[in-house]
Amino acid sequence: MTTVAERTQRLDESWGEAPGLGSWFTTVDHKKIGRRYIWTASVFFAMAGFEALALRTQLARPDQTLIGPGAYNQLFTMHGTTMIFLFATPMLFGFGNYFVPLMLGARDMAFPRLNAFGYWVFLFAGLLMNASFLFGQAPNGGWFNYVPLTGPQYTPKVNIGFYTVGLLFLGISTTAGAINFIVTTFKLRAPGMSLNRIPLFVWAILATAFAVVFALPALNADNAMLLLDRKFGFHFFDPAGGGDPVLWQHLFWLFGHPDVYIIVLPALGIVSAIVPVFSRRPMVGYFWLVLANVATAVISFGVWVHHMFAVGLPQLSMSFFSAASLVITIPGGIQIFSWVATMLRGRLVLATPMLFVLGFLISFVAGGLTGVMFAVVPFDQQVTDSYFVVAHFHYVLFGGAVFPILAALYYWMPKITGRLLSERLGRLSFWLIFGGFNLLFFPMHVSGLLGMPRRVYTFLPGLGWEGWNLASSVGAYVVALGFLASLVNLLWSLRRGEPAGDDPWGGDSLEWATSSPPPPYNFATVPVVHSAYPLWEDRFRERLDAARGSEERQLAGDHEVLRTSELDAEPERAIEMPSETVVPLVVALGFLVAFAGLLAGWYLVAALGVPVVLGGLAAWAWPRRQEPAR
Amino acid sequence: MDDQDLARHGAPRRAPAGRLRWVVLVVGAGLAVQLGGCGRTSPSALDPHGPGAERVAGLWWLLFWISAVVFVVVCLLVAVALARRRGDRDTLVRRGGGELLVVVGGVVVPAIVLTGVYVVGLRDLRALTVPEGTDLTVEVTGHDWWWEVRYPQDGIVSANEIHVPVGRPVRLVLTSQDVIHSFWVPQLTVKTDLIPGHTNTTWIQADRPGTYRGQCAEYCGLQHAKMAILVVAQPPDAYAGWREAERRPAAAAADPMAARGRLALEGNACAACHTVRGTTATGTIGPDLTHFGGRRTIGAGALPNTRGNLGGWIVNSQTVKPGNKMPPQPLTPEELQALLAYLESLK
Repeated sequence: MTTVAERTQRLDESWGEAPGLGSWFTTVDHKKIGRRYIWTASVFFAMAGFEALALRTQLARPDQTLIGPGAYNQLFTMHGTTMIFLFATPMLFGFGNYFVPLMLGARDMAFPRLNAFGYWVFLFAGLLMNASFLFGQAPNGGWFNYVPLTGPQYTPKVNIGFYTVGLLFLGISTTAGAINFIVTTFKLRAPGMSLNRIPLFVWAILATAFAVVFALPALNADNAMLLLDRKFGFHFFDPAGGGDPVLWQHLFWLFGHPDVYIIVLPALGIVSAIVPVFSRRPMVGYFWLVLANVATAVISFGVWVHHMFAVGLPQLSMSFFSAASLVITIPGGIQIFSWVATMLRGRLVLATPMLFVLGFLISFVAGGLTGVMFAVVPFDQQVTDSYFVVAHFHYVLFGGAVFPILAALYYWMPKITGRLLSERLGRLSFWLIFGGFNLLFFPMHVSGLLGMPRRVYTFLPGLGWEGWNLASSVGAYVVALGFLASLVNLLWSLRRGEPAGDDPWGGDSLEWATSSPPPPYNFATVPVVHSAYPLWEDRFRERLDAARGSEERQLAGDHEVLRTSELDAEPERAIEMPSETVVPLVVALGFLVAFAGLLAGWYLVAALGVPVVLGGLAAWAWPRRQEPAR
Repeated sequence: MDDQDLARHGAPRRAPAGRLRWVVLVVGAGLAVQLGGCGRTSPSALDPHGPGAERVAGLWWLLFWISAVVFVVVCLLVAVALARRRGDRDTLVRRGGGELLVVVGGVVVPAIVLTGVYVVGLRDLRALTVPEGTDLTVEVTGHDWWWEVRYPQDGIVSANEIHVPVGRPVRLVLTSQDVIHSFWVPQLTVKTDLIPGHTNTTWIQADRPGTYRGQCAEYCGLQHAKMAILVVAQPPDAYAGWREAERRPAAAAADPMAARGRLALEGNACAACHTVRGTTATGTIGPDLTHFGGRRTIGAGALPNTRGNLGGWIVNSQTVKPGNKMPPQPLTPEELQALLAYLESLK
């Protein structure tokens, strides 16, 4: 019989990673990896934000020449591509990485090495794509990268190569991350956490992960075909060679529209995590919210043609996609009214995370309403590719994803760093961002209706567009100030913030049952849950403490997690988890060499990457010596 | 609605719900003013001058008011929640219920409203098909970065300007020579893409005489921003006169200056890219210049067609529209003056 203290020490020994620079390259801890995702995505966000400031500065007045057309086109392309691929999804996956295992009561993700690998690939792909700026050859075909403009004939230089190769490379990371979330959610839940008790944030990540698995192949196929067209003389998209440029659009949006939900769903999941805590009651309509998540992920695959209503498709097919695009509003409506009903039937606490949620709610409703308009074919055809659509999707993506991400920052950073943020700076930041955001994007509805197309590097005076554009540009700087306030807040809190304690908000889910920041093994004792809001159960903490003496609840012998069944989370058995290793980094580097060689056209260099990848994978899969059974 | 209003609308003071309701009202009123009449010079989708755009403008106001109502309702609900008793970290409300609001607000009401919206959308979609009996056809071909305009029934070739008779529907047959462009004249009708290897059809009709500005709406590369098109709607007899003039080859040079200009055009690089019917200039890379003197703009809307602008454009159009296919022309001052005189005479 060992004592509690001895067991905890054994946990520390088996889960703790060696300190120092070495472990920086070898860690497989989901919390360290999640933190890295968040920081890296923040850096990409800042870069894309500065790009946007440059764009808005150029458009502040008509006929300005601060930025020429070539640079402008690269900047707006990289702004969109970075925000979508290198900020939004990695940031949300970062929060997912950190909090999904914690919310499930698990000790790590199901595949810790795959998790580390996913991060390295994301980092390298992001660096590869942004390296294009060093050569003055950043992608310049828009984030949607339509052919034939991006084909070998009209963009012969390497710009588009950075896009195609970069996204193919990045796709590996996103797919790996999605599979990891799916398996983690199905196999590593705390005992008792049946499907109807999974936290809504985890449900959102799960629905998103499935959408990623099914949506990304379309983008990968598209980019692979474009790569073949550009490098090897294929003609998939070349009308002169029997190809068709519209094929690109179908495949792109078959990925691209689900991708909108891939970004928004986890963000809505954050909102569903925050609203009950700051309304001090369980969510109204948990079941409806789960249904809405699943329905959104499924229906999102049937709406892509509403990006193509001006392409000249038959009316019949447009009628179908119009209907589907209207239907997908309903799960959105369910989510909105669930949050509102929860707020109405609870007692609000207006701390900074909830302020950002309210900002989200208002903006997202506005963006959703203009979204409905885009489902109506003739109106879509009038305002698509105008500034109206720029306004719409920024209300959806900035309103619907950036506000929740900021809410998550204020809500979860105390758990990650162990220190509280300043409420005063938080409020200041909120009002600057919320005010600036509306000043920035609301006028774009008007400039779009006044006939201003998007993706223009300049515009003529005298068309009624000047005032609206100036307002937008001023708004952009106000938003930037708001982010600066949050950055200062974050840095201040790291040094001076008050200790957060385990549970500063009175939270409902399991991440608040452990210390801030959590120990490497998350929970010394595997928690058992009896509801969707375990920490609000009677005497949850007492029961958890009482279980500390139990050997089987503590799994203290080894580096183990508890595997449970898919539906009801019945305990199955303990499984041993891999320890820190440099192998994921090696495989990712091998891929980097291969993709960079492909990009540069140095096929011998690319070939050098192959044995590295294969060798790394062999080491990865090499059977470990089994410890004798206890 | 002016910039000051906007600045105030961003001011971070009031409670969100009240503030936003206020914003909706001001913005709604502002929109009505701005888009309805004040922005006379704007190519505003809500200042329609043809049946297509008019139908879509009507659709917009329907969608706008539905949206405004929904938005205000949600804001009011949020305001009520904010006005109720607040809680703190130790509060916990355990009562159930509230699902009715979710089902009614999230499912039932949207399903009814969206069905109605769908039906109206389908009706308007069908209304935008080319009307029976449309007998005038114009072929519009997109180029980097200008519009080729042909009237196949009349043998007219022009660029960046479509002349139409008032009150008559005109079928537009759209394709592209290079990358994808999109035809959009908001005051007349909705967008249709110009896609290489595809032929799309749309139609326009202008109910009042006037010049309606449009701009390429699909990102098409370096000079996507400077690819404008004008639709010039003329009374029937004025249109007939324009048509007669355009059908003819270029006018003979009226004076010795213009004659020297014609020689300069034929003898320099101009002829390699441009056509002037009735001369030896038969290039097809750039716009047909047979009746260039009558056009309103240079470089697809980049500049008004004045003598000074044209001179600058010819000497070095790259300063105005960087990346366009026309290289700087090393002409002597005398040649340039003669060329300008000739081009201006091509009415």
